[in-house]
Amino acid sequence: MPILERDDAQIWRRRTTGQSLVRWFGWLLGVAIFVYCWQLISESTTWFFVWDAPRIANDIWTRATPPKWDYITQLGRPIWDTLNIATLGTIIALCMAVPVAFLAARNTTPSALFIRPIALLVIVSTRSINSLIWALLLIAIIGPGVFAGVIAIAIRSIGFCAKLLYEAIEEIDHTQVEAITATGASRWQVMAYGIVPQILPAFAGIAVFRWDINIRESTVLGLVGAGGIGLQLSASLNVLAWPQVSLILIVILVAVMISEWVSAKVRGAII
Amino acid sequence: MLRLQKLTKTYKTGDQALKAIDLEVPKGQVLALIGPSGAGKSTMIRCINRLVEPTSGSVLLDDVDLTKLGSGALRKARREMGMIFQEYALVERLTVMENVLSGRLGYVGFWRSFLRRYPQSDVDEAFRLLDRVGLLHMADKRADELSGGQRQRVGICRALIQNPKLLLVDEPTASLDPKTSRQIMRLITELCQERGLAAIINIHDVALAQMFVPRVVGLRFGEIVYDGLPTGLTPEKLTEIYGEEDWEATIEKVDEDEGIEAAE
Amino acid sequence: MSHRELDDMLGKGWRKPAFVKNPVLRWALFLGFFAYLIAAFMTIEVDWGRVYEGLDRGWAFVLAFTSPDFISRWSDIWSGLLESIVMTVAASVVGILISIPIGLGAARNIAPLPIYMICRGIVAISRALQEIIVAILLVAIFGFGPLAGFLTLSFATIGFLSKLLAEDIEAMDKVQAEAIKASGARWPQWINYGVQPQVMPRLVGLSMYRIDINFRESAILGLVGAGGIGATLNTAFDRYEYDTAAAILILIIGIVMALEYLSGIIRARVQ
Repeated sequence: MPILERDDAQIWRRRTTGQSLVRWFGWLLGVAIFVYCWQLISESTTWFFVWDAPRIANDIWTRATPPKWDYITQLGRPIWDTLNIATLGTIIALCMAVPVAFLAARNTTPSALFIRPIALLVIVSTRSINSLIWALLLIAIIGPGVFAGVIAIAIRSIGFCAKLLYEAIEEIDHTQVEAITATGASRWQVMAYGIVPQILPAFAGIAVFRWDINIRESTVLGLVGAGGIGLQLSASLNVLAWPQVSLILIVILVAVMISEWVSAKVRGAII
Repeated sequence: MLRLQKLTKTYKTGDQALKAIDLEVPKGQVLALIGPSGAGKSTMIRCINRLVEPTSGSVLLDDVDLTKLGSGALRKARREMGMIFQEYALVERLTVMENVLSGRLGYVGFWRSFLRRYPQSDVDEAFRLLDRVGLLHMADKRADELSGGQRQRVGICRALIQNPKLLLVDEPTASLDPKTSRQIMRLITELCQERGLAAIINIHDVALAQMFVPRVVGLRFGEIVYDGLPTGLTPEKLTEIYGEEDWEATIEKVDEDEGIEAAE
Repeated sequence: MSHRELDDMLGKGWRKPAFVKNPVLRWALFLGFFAYLIAAFMTIEVDWGRVYEGLDRGWAFVLAFTSPDFISRWSDIWSGLLESIVMTVAASVVGILISIPIGLGAARNIAPLPIYMICRGIVAISRALQEIIVAILLVAIFGFGPLAGFLTLSFATIGFLSKLLAEDIEAMDKVQAEAIKASGARWPQWINYGVQPQVMPRLVGLSMYRIDINFRESAILGLVGAGGIGATLNTAFDRYEYDTAAAILILIIGIVMALEYLSGIIRARVQ
């Protein structure tokens, strides 16, 4: 907090002149980058379409309403598949995430030098890549279908769950672990009695949270051919059957809301 | 029964917490370990059951050198030493009964303990111990529902169900109010007498130590500077252990208080 | 001390009290879940022959990670990546700028009820709609290209950031804000002095997190024609050019890691 002397009066400023200059320069740079980005976007945009957008939006809206309600009879199976992709994917992911988390947590990893970096690499690489990309990859490998969707969701969720879980493991109370060790318990018993009870609430919370997210993600996996309601969405879009599209979107919205409600309830019950 | 020979612990930071400690504890003797914070009391207790790995020296429990044991044999040796902690260190999300039974972990296999299928004799012993400390009706409560004094009693049960020869007690009263502190100290010394256990009680409250314990060891900067009767703790001795202070008020004889044995 | 009680209990077994007290409900939940799992597994059709064939390709893909090919399609990769980054930057800037007023409006303790309702409505809509679905609709309306992706990401950022910002404002320390109000400050002054300092560190942290998410999302928007690296990646998978795909994935993972590292530093500095 510099104080300037001017005309025998002290003037308080929050920053020195140098600091202000740096800040202004930073802002300027930020604005310049943004303008540059905007120009690039603008260059690759066909502005004619954009000016035409209100008309097109209106057009789509009139075609899409009212939704084709009786199409819902054909959506039963896709909804069931979507639910399965999310649930089974979450279960598989949790089974894999638990060992990864224990290997990645500083206080439980067998080797901080070799195994921990590998576990962290697994976490960051599965987490950075969206489930749609995993689905694309798996479809190329094992063919389209629900199975690819389940595996894609599972792989994507490993990193997410393992990261949250290993952070929970690192935060446990160490004296409780020490007390169990002092009774002469074996390594696995220390795990079961000293560590697991402490992270169980976090684990349950993470599981339900991820399941909620997975319901959302599995609704769109079908766009690349990995099963679920997204398949119907993509098929309807391809033939421009807008009344079906609007019905599917409504179904997805309802499913997302229900899953969010369920997950909030379950989390409330646990914690 | 327990003999420490030239027990030394140097931390990675270079701090010497213990400087060649020699100490002998005969069977059934309860001794208090006093000293200022950072004197190495906690470290010493943890070096005995190797929660902290000693740098050099040896710990002989019935002529077995604990410092040389492999992990399997160390677990067997740890069963012989019950430990009681400052902040109780109960597993808070488990029930009281599970916490007590966890003292038997060294004796039962993994799957038995995992499925909570303890031998009937262990379960009976747990009930008896909980009854002894007046917490039988709490058996199925979760540990975090208990008060501090109650938690420490559960901690004592967990240590005793191991059927140990020696109790390692780390600041059992540090987080308790004065009345509960006395109750807990009395309980520990009584139980040691009943079962003929030796105990090392690491405690910072000198008056409390003097009240309950026949032998006091003073530790300062990782060295033993006093070893003798509690009555021998003169102001000069205390100054040597803790540094300059007016000690007259501390070592004044405390009246035996009546009626606090009754459980809350 | 009732020793009768002890005598009653001795010799009796002990069971851990069950998590769900009612045995009927407990078994119903257990059996219901088990039945669901079986039903779910039954309905997944796995073409094991196809999976077995795919294993070779899967292995080829894993091998591709050891020799990623950045060179042969570098110009495609570069333009896709640049587009992704540009979309991320522009959408994050716009999204954050818009989500600040909406976040203020969605906090019940500083906004009047009508504004609160409107802002919460915007947040709910934005959160309920999946990025990829929004992108499909926007591509249909505005045509192919990064503009649709930019709008999608901005829209998603608003829902995410406003909600968390509003929750943070609602949880802030009231006394500090009241002290400023008591000095006779106007509403903007009050926000600037009483509210902003309290929520700023978290806003910065959340913004960094959202930039990270935006980049990851921008990688899939290309699948539906909304610009970015996703299109390049999709093409690579279609042509079975695993070495190029591996190169792209490595770049994505690398950038996400760099962003995470950067956000860690920035968050540590503002707190």
